[in-house]
Amino acid sequence: MGAFICLTAISANYLLSFGERILEYFVQQLINGLTLGSIYGLIAIGYTMVYGIIGMINFAHGDIFMVGSFISLILIVALGLTAAAGMWTIIFVLLFVLVVSMVLTATWGWAVERIAYRPLRGSFRLAPLITAIGMSIVLQNFVQISQGARNKSIQPLVTGGHDVMVNAETGFSAYLSNIQILIMTVTVVLMFGFTFLINKTSLGRSQRACEQDTKMASLLGVNVDRTISLTFIMGAALASVAGVMFLLYYGVVDFYIGFLAGVKAFTAAVLGGIGSLPGAMLGGLLIGLIETFWSGYFSVEYKDVAAFSILAIVLIFMPSGLLGKPEVEKV
Amino acid sequence: MATTRKTTMTRTPLLSVQHLTMRFGGLLAIDNLSFDAYKGDITALIGPNGAGKTTVFNCITGFYKPTEGRIGFAHETDAYDKIDALTASANRSDIHGSALYLLERMPDFEISRDAKVARTFQNIRLFGGMTVLENLMVAQHAPLMTASSFTFGGLFGLKKYQDGHSHAMELAKFWLNKVGLTERADDPAADLPYGDQRRLEIARAMCTEPKLLCLDEPAAGLNGKESAELNELLLFIGKEHGTSVLLIEHDMNVVMGISDHIAVLDYGKKIADASPEEIRNDPKVIAAYLGVDEDEVEEAVKTPVKKKAAKSKGAKK
Repeated sequence: MGAFICLTAISANYLLSFGERILEYFVQQLINGLTLGSIYGLIAIGYTMVYGIIGMINFAHGDIFMVGSFISLILIVALGLTAAAGMWTIIFVLLFVLVVSMVLTATWGWAVERIAYRPLRGSFRLAPLITAIGMSIVLQNFVQISQGARNKSIQPLVTGGHDVMVNAETGFSAYLSNIQILIMTVTVVLMFGFTFLINKTSLGRSQRACEQDTKMASLLGVNVDRTISLTFIMGAALASVAGVMFLLYYGVVDFYIGFLAGVKAFTAAVLGGIGSLPGAMLGGLLIGLIETFWSGYFSVEYKDVAAFSILAIVLIFMPSGLLGKPEVEKV
Repeated sequence: MATTRKTTMTRTPLLSVQHLTMRFGGLLAIDNLSFDAYKGDITALIGPNGAGKTTVFNCITGFYKPTEGRIGFAHETDAYDKIDALTASANRSDIHGSALYLLERMPDFEISRDAKVARTFQNIRLFGGMTVLENLMVAQHAPLMTASSFTFGGLFGLKKYQDGHSHAMELAKFWLNKVGLTERADDPAADLPYGDQRRLEIARAMCTEPKLLCLDEPAAGLNGKESAELNELLLFIGKEHGTSVLLIEHDMNVVMGISDHIAVLDYGKKIADASPEEIRNDPKVIAAYLGVDEDEVEEAVKTPVKKKAAKSKGAKK
């Protein structure tokens, strides 16, 4: 414990001195972190919703994200979209790619639930967890075989950006690229839309009801199977948005990206409090920020160690996550 | 045709449980049970602990699939003519013309949505994290989904959805007012006191607009005043609102005070099925209860029905 406090003090000191020297550097890390965090957050929602409603961790969700990424890659290549096309063409084609990718990925998400999880509903808790791992492997291998194991890349489509802060002395500037603006805007819009859907519509109400008491919800005329299917569909659609954004941001995908992104997003969901939607978003942003700040100030190699250590520390002091509700058992 | 005349001359059953048997491994929980619940009646199902009352409810509402027997449910008066034809077919319901359902063939959400049977539980099962009003709105999920064309129409603000929504709100407000919880509409359901939660559960079940309301020990844990209020509410539901009620209850004040008709279960078998007056003097019933709730039985035997009803009405005011 002493060593830990010592380490924290040193790192805080380090961070401060750096921050004083170049504020622009700090802002840059903030921008990068929020972008990455948005992507994690979008994936994390899928984990948290599924956990909330049927109490299982859908380990195949990260791979659904990967499938979404590949679908958008195929669409972009098939449509022959390049940065040479006009701005409006790019916007409309990307919107089209986004919608088609959401629909197709949602179909994948639905199919996975229908084939691998629904037949096991009502069996012991570990069974769907193990099939989820199985589905994850199936999806990875399917994409590996059908698309090849090599990296696939596209040329950057959304280019340009803005200097938001320029340091006159060092010449270092914090740069906000258009793709980062796009990612954050899409995430914010989706979050608002999604929150509205969950809180205000009958669909969202039935979903929250199923989260609390599946049996009672069905006795009130809610078709629970359909509600669960919809949960998977919505989670997959959001993951596919994350997939499209990931592809546009990094320009390169392979069949294995779903694993690490999935683990990170799952961590984000747990950090924010699994089962809580705002928690998933907050957790995603935090994991993104921790990773980028750690990479920016300390070492890139240990960024995952940092993210998972923070998770461990938070869970020690807040076992139900940052925004999760503790489970109170009535006696 | 003979059967038609008979059913129209006597009273029409709404729910008809026929030769119901439920086995759990070696345990025979319900043994060849038949009883009817009539339209507009408050029917009580009583019996000592472990007699199989809740199991009957679980069969009616689709929790369990019965080992043997059928559970007919008819919206129309002459629908029972068709029950044998329906049983012989592979269908679960005959909704053309006369709405007739075989509940044991239906999944639970359809029993609520289509056959219109609602139920409450012994232990309270509200959606604690949702507000009181939301609890009532969840119960109207099926009509709201139809009205909003599976959310899409609702998002674009179609008139059909707005009408559906305002109808749902009115229904919710009506029942909130009826159970006296209008003021607490926006509070989380878990924050309500116990008695209010009980009444909210009944209000929520009523928001599914059921033809039959099944209540599993609604008076459990209520004090005298609350249980008198419950009597009043149930009489309103059964007699004025026109929803038939099927009731499991141990509180003899409630049972004798409001039911039209009582079926008594013991070890999964029906031992009596008659009016409250006959039940309270039935030696078989008394024997079944003796040693379990002796005082209560004696008290129930001594006190005439009318005086009881009057007493509970007096307590309300």
